[in-house]
Amino acid sequence: MSAPAPRTCFWRGFRAGLPFVIVVAPFAGLFGVVATDAGLSITEVMAFSVLVIAGAAQFTALQLMTENAPTAIVLATALAVNLRMAMYSAALVPHLGSAPLGWRVVLAYFNVDQTYALSQAAYDDNPTWPVTAKVAFFLGTAIPICPMWYVFTWAGAALGTRIPPEFALDFAVPITFLALIAPALRTAAHVAAAGTSIAAALALAWMPAGLGLICAGIVAMMVGARVETWLEARA
Amino acid sequence: MTISDAELWTIIAVLGVGTFLIRFSFLGLIGDRKLPDWVLRHLRYTPVAVLPGLVAPLVIWPPATGGEPDLPRLLAGAATLLVGLATKSLMAAVFGGAGTLYFALYVLG
Repeated sequence: MSAPAPRTCFWRGFRAGLPFVIVVAPFAGLFGVVATDAGLSITEVMAFSVLVIAGAAQFTALQLMTENAPTAIVLATALAVNLRMAMYSAALVPHLGSAPLGWRVVLAYFNVDQTYALSQAAYDDNPTWPVTAKVAFFLGTAIPICPMWYVFTWAGAALGTRIPPEFALDFAVPITFLALIAPALRTAAHVAAAGTSIAAALALAWMPAGLGLICAGIVAMMVGARVETWLEARA
Repeated sequence: MTISDAELWTIIAVLGVGTFLIRFSFLGLIGDRKLPDWVLRHLRYTPVAVLPGLVAPLVIWPPATGGEPDLPRLLAGAATLLVGLATKSLMAAVFGGAGTLYFALYVLG
């Protein structure tokens, strides 16, 4: 099979990212609503979403600020929540590392949970794609997801009204992440890593926010790699 | 919230720059040098090692209920995962989870 054109891969990525609009929109809108409610101006709310573009960290920072935590604690905790993205960054190196530096800067900015998970899955299925195709796919996933993050943050902040708790918008986040996880559980090694991640994250929940997740992630990656080695040895 | 504008903008700016540097880290510094096999073997499991740990406390101790386990949210989490496993479809999983959540909140809430 010949390599697909970058344009083809861009649109494949775009179609893969499109469904996430439905789950990203309420999450972003919720941030806009909650941040405005906490007293941030619309400029401040938008600066948050455009510069940081990381929902979990934005909510973490906001929560700590409303509790009047010191600036250093707010920063350390929110950045720790984002440390998982260093693992995404490392995982993308074999696929995107040979792209020009300018493109890597752009891709790094758009390296969020959803774009990463979709692109990693596509690269696993198509390891022989040239780097231009891989870059195009990644950008394709980002185009529907990331601008919607800004637009719906703005919508939430502009509406400013409290969304009734009956809508349970808080649970948009867990549903998004679970929907991403399920198709990724391809082998026994993936299942073992996921199970370890859950057990370790719950067991380490007493640690400062974000830190327990990093530890759980590292242990779970080691378990996944070890199970893969065992399975290969038995095959 | 008693935070000053200067502190708020410091948080936004440092968080923005810091988050970008985290995302750029390996991709920017390593470039196209080959990573050893054992590293790649670990990195393959990054999403399934991080996302379940991120989501598990939110499902079991939802902030919306003050951290108390909540049956509708537990059912919705299980439904999302099961539909996702059965169909391999993201949208089916999302609708299955959201539908279960609203149904359970309506019936049990």
